[in-house]
Amino acid sequence: MTDTTNKEDWVSPPKTEVGVIGWMRKNLFSNWFNSVLTLIALYLILTTVPGIIEWALINSVWGDKSPEVCREAQGACWSFIYEKYRFILFGVYPYDEHWRPLCAMIIFLTLIFGSCIKPLWKLGWWIAVTWAVGLVMVGVLMWGGIFGLTYVNQSQWGGLPLTLFLATFGTVFAFPLGIFLALGRRSRMPAIRSLSITYIELIRGVPLISILFMASVMFPLFLPEGVSIDKLLRAQVGIILFGAAYGAEIIRAGLQAIPRGQYEAADAMGLSYWQSMGKIILPQALRITIPPMVNGFIGGFKDTSLVVIIGLFDLLMTSRVAFQDINWRPFFVEGYLFCAAIYFCFCFFMSRYSQWLEKDLAKGQNH
Amino acid sequence: MTIQTGESEGLQPAKAVFYNDPKVRAVFWQIVAVLGVVGVFWFLIHNTMANLDRQNIASGFSFLNLEAGFAIGEGMIPYTAADPYWHAIIVGLLNTIKVAVVGIVFATIIGSVVGIMRLSPNWLVARLATVYIETLRNVPLLLQLFFWYAMIVEVLPRAKEAYGPFLGVYLSNRGFNLPLPDTWSYLGLGAGILIALVTVIWLYRRNKKIHDETGEIKNTLGPGMLIFAVAMLLGWLAGGAPTTLDSPEFKGFSFKGGAEVTAEFLALWLGLTLYTASFIAEIVRSGILAVSKGQWEAAGSLGLSRTQILRFIVLPQSLRVIIPPTTSQYLNLTKNSSLAVAIGYPDIVGITNTTINQSGQAIEGIAIIMAVYLSLSLSISLFMNWYNNKIALVER
Repeated sequence: MTDTTNKEDWVSPPKTEVGVIGWMRKNLFSNWFNSVLTLIALYLILTTVPGIIEWALINSVWGDKSPEVCREAQGACWSFIYEKYRFILFGVYPYDEHWRPLCAMIIFLTLIFGSCIKPLWKLGWWIAVTWAVGLVMVGVLMWGGIFGLTYVNQSQWGGLPLTLFLATFGTVFAFPLGIFLALGRRSRMPAIRSLSITYIELIRGVPLISILFMASVMFPLFLPEGVSIDKLLRAQVGIILFGAAYGAEIIRAGLQAIPRGQYEAADAMGLSYWQSMGKIILPQALRITIPPMVNGFIGGFKDTSLVVIIGLFDLLMTSRVAFQDINWRPFFVEGYLFCAAIYFCFCFFMSRYSQWLEKDLAKGQNH
Repeated sequence: MTIQTGESEGLQPAKAVFYNDPKVRAVFWQIVAVLGVVGVFWFLIHNTMANLDRQNIASGFSFLNLEAGFAIGEGMIPYTAADPYWHAIIVGLLNTIKVAVVGIVFATIIGSVVGIMRLSPNWLVARLATVYIETLRNVPLLLQLFFWYAMIVEVLPRAKEAYGPFLGVYLSNRGFNLPLPDTWSYLGLGAGILIALVTVIWLYRRNKKIHDETGEIKNTLGPGMLIFAVAMLLGWLAGGAPTTLDSPEFKGFSFKGGAEVTAEFLALWLGLTLYTASFIAEIVRSGILAVSKGQWEAAGSLGLSRTQILRFIVLPQSLRVIIPPTTSQYLNLTKNSSLAVAIGYPDIVGITNTTINQSGQAIEGIAIIMAVYLSLSLSISLFMNWYNNKIALVER
């Protein structure tokens, strides 16, 4: 091997291959087709982005300004958000008590984000206990009526706490139901299997709207005379029943991924069905289903917005009602953008987390 | 180990007590489950019957023959408020199918293009595709539908001051108004297209057969386009070479003539297509990535271009990965089209909902909605399974 450490012998790469020009040649103008694409993309960006920036930042109105000032201005009216953000976030919850849904929201976020931290998973059952305690605290804060808190009926709940409430409770209750349905679908007992399959496929075949309609118009007919259940609770039950069918299919995929040997080994140890499922199969199956479960949660979180159609005041509804105000009528774009930004932050974070987790969990598998 | 014959009976497994026998237990639990479900249903039906009796609502589907009495904004078949409910529901069903089919076609096209764009070696194009996907899939579809609808209705000008005409097309806050050929005079053109279609399919099959048998590649695209051009021209001439179009014109308060694409349909179609396309793009991307790098390299060393590699080597293999999840996206799009009710597009859910509100037949209405979506889902699943089997890897 010849000595290549002699610096004089080195030939530096041509100027067009390195640096900014080299990067552009390689990534933007590698051939005529790519050059055309780049030019089209540049044209699109240059025609839209400056206009959007001008509208959103330069010509926009910020801070505590009146709607008249906004009407004069050419750009976005962020004063609308400034004026209405408490209504959008908390709905018609009594104004002086807004700290309570705020605390409830913080508890929700702590629970959700905390559960995403992997080192904390080894706490095992303590996570479930923390969740139970947290959810009870949320209930106490939102309803009140004890500890000197004034009682607030759930018909006054609204905004982001309601969205989080529907999504979180939907997942927390759909999850165990989904496990039972998944086990039922893989059961050797024909009656249980067909019941599970019927339920799962029936629910997955129809849109969530029809389930919510069922909860809002049909459910009252199902109850004995004199018994009535609140609309929020009915929608919540609908969301749980809907989520369970989808969760069951995710868990079933996880159960199928467990090698047969695990089932046989558990049988050979003389474990009963529930012992082998609870101690051998499910812990492994649930572990691999966490990333798709997070994706399912994202879907469920977005789907809670459908309760608008049966008239509940979730985040989307409060945003819409905010610009129904005759003064702020023209500023619906700002309202929708604000609402979309909140949804986006949650969903984007969760989806990035699930992608990271998938890679991280796969790491342990191929050692 | 020695076993004495005399004691062998003692080594037989002891007969379990009957309630510990797994088979007996299985039967027992199944009976419990079935009885539980039947019991719950009986309880619900009992309550429902009692409630219906009290509210004086007659159950059954006979209300479908009553006069609907409400107008529907748009439909593919003629309908008036004097028609019965079942007629209105069919109008809604056709509207659902229309938006689902158009949405699926466009979502597939946009999704595939964006998915391939995201893998493009062009940095800018790949970033644009990423921004598109991440933005749209992380915002609820309902919000997007509201947004598009509001943009069309509030930002576009009124029909009187509509944009256009671009090639006879007007764009206003009521949607698109397009020119339409005068139906009968263009019959010859239609016949020409039909004949060309049949001929080209026959040509494609013949060329494929020749390719399979001899390996000789015969071009279908060039002759096919020629056949289309000639047949359309001949058909047009045979029909008396008509040149008139039924163009929309603003008269009084609205557009007369031509075809109308309503703002509701436009918003729903735009929202559904762009939202579902972002999911299909991700499926296409992961499907292409699932084809091993060696396939790209082998094809590249044979001298194929990037487009050829995609067309002949990678896509046929990745389709097998792409089809099943895409099927569930098609199902999602069809089910999501029910959000139409939020922006006032008269789909099956919207019309059945009006029917429920008018007649009070909640159970029958919901049953119709569910039956319709179950059959739609089933048809899409069956079709896609057939297609999937057709392109599945045939292993020797």
